[in-house]
Amino acid sequence: MRRTPYQAITSVFMVFVTLLVTGIFLCLALTSSALISYFETKPQLTVFFTDEKDKSSIDALTEKLKATAKVSSTVYISKDEALKIYREQNKNDPLLLEMVTADVLPASLEISAVSPKYLVELSDLVKGESGVDEVVFQKDVVDTLINWTTTIRKVGILFIIFLLIATQFILLTTVGIKIALQREEIEILTLVGATSWYIKKPFIAEGILYGLSGAILSSFVISVLVLYVRPFVSSFLKGIPDLSLIQFSNVTVTIWPPNLPFFGLLWTIILLFGFMIGFIGSLIAVSRYIKY
Amino acid sequence: MIRFQEVSKQYPSGALAVNDVTFSIDDGEFIFLIGSSGAGKTTILRMMDREIKPTKGTIVINDLEINTLPKSKIPHLRRSLGFIFQDFKLLTERTVWENIAVALEILDKSKSDMEKQITEVLNFVQLSHKANYFPKQLSLGEQQRITIARAIVGGSKILLADEPTGNLDPKTSWEILKILTTLNKMGSTIIMATHNVDIVNSMKKRVIQLSNGKIVKDAKKSNYS
Repeated sequence: MRRTPYQAITSVFMVFVTLLVTGIFLCLALTSSALISYFETKPQLTVFFTDEKDKSSIDALTEKLKATAKVSSTVYISKDEALKIYREQNKNDPLLLEMVTADVLPASLEISAVSPKYLVELSDLVKGESGVDEVVFQKDVVDTLINWTTTIRKVGILFIIFLLIATQFILLTTVGIKIALQREEIEILTLVGATSWYIKKPFIAEGILYGLSGAILSSFVISVLVLYVRPFVSSFLKGIPDLSLIQFSNVTVTIWPPNLPFFGLLWTIILLFGFMIGFIGSLIAVSRYIKY
Repeated sequence: MIRFQEVSKQYPSGALAVNDVTFSIDDGEFIFLIGSSGAGKTTILRMMDREIKPTKGTIVINDLEINTLPKSKIPHLRRSLGFIFQDFKLLTERTVWENIAVALEILDKSKSDMEKQITEVLNFVQLSHKANYFPKQLSLGEQQRITIARAIVGGSKILLADEPTGNLDPKTSWEILKILTTLNKMGSTIIMATHNVDIVNSMKKRVIQLSNGKIVKDAKKSNYS
């Protein structure tokens, strides 16, 4: 690295950029996947009523819906219960709590259908009733999220593939230059009986070092970015509980809000990627430029 | 024991560097390979350590058929041979000690073994006091002594010397020959390619003379003719 500092810096920088983009897209994709999973557990239809609709007429509507045999469950949320939920969701924002009373919030009915194919029919049935203010399709929310996630994945994958190819070329060139500079030493080692692996090992190790250096830098930057955007994303995801990714033993990896196991997992994945990028790039270089 | 049996080497350009040569070398012999430039001396040495493969014929070194040796076994062959080059081929960014150590590092020797063996060979070539010098700080004769030290440190009993005195003045050349003669008396087989008439005529060793890739003379205790 002493002899080719600029090439070394370029290699590390390319790995850093590649893994930074990879890490950011990974976080976005995982967050939206977690959000999709969350919304898929929510009731599929939420009906908001006007103040004129009393409880008995809402109960009648519930019976009417159940009679269709297309509804798997219904949950009535009164104005008071809606206020409790609202207060819980906004407990950290006293200003919002001050201004809201039970009178302001509508009563609602959360409906889950036996099959998504009945949602439109049930929605039409509900919309036909008097006192219905709004019908919210969770499916719309889920579909929008799925579209976002698909787009993020497609764009991300394209970017990452492009950057990976560029990084491999840079690594190939850097390691190739180092091999050319040490051509004489390689020749001498060959003549005194060094094996192919003995000669190639230091170059591969250097490639891995570039990969891991870029990985450490990008892991650090992504971690800082995640912590930096946390307040903004928190307000955007208000009302949504912790989004967990996986659970093993007693450890839950939560992507939102990000916990320590999440950062541990993130660092591990990025370091592994960095190692592989460095290893593969240098392996290709030594195979190409050291003909034993 | 080294045996060449009807060995030829034709390069891709069509040049026939070695043409149907046959000879044997017993353990402990001192052989001069002589001939004008292009006679095939270096080609023969390079075939012995499998830098190049013969186009035809068989080469056997210590019961090992060299021409059919798989690539994975070539390093092991080269470790059993010591090569001394006209241009020394020392690593300029390593010290004398480190240059010799290379031949032991590839054998995975322990630090203590390496220290012992390197000290021994440096004493043998009388350069212990210059162990921490870099090659460019040494004279040409000293550099060649380091090359010899590197060639023998791993215990090689066959030394291939390609014009080892080619870049040296007569006095220094004789110093190098003295070392090679001592090694020969200790049991090493020495095969030396050379142009140096005086050395060949004075040493009275076996001479294999080449011309246009063919052996024109193979005589014990011979002169350069």
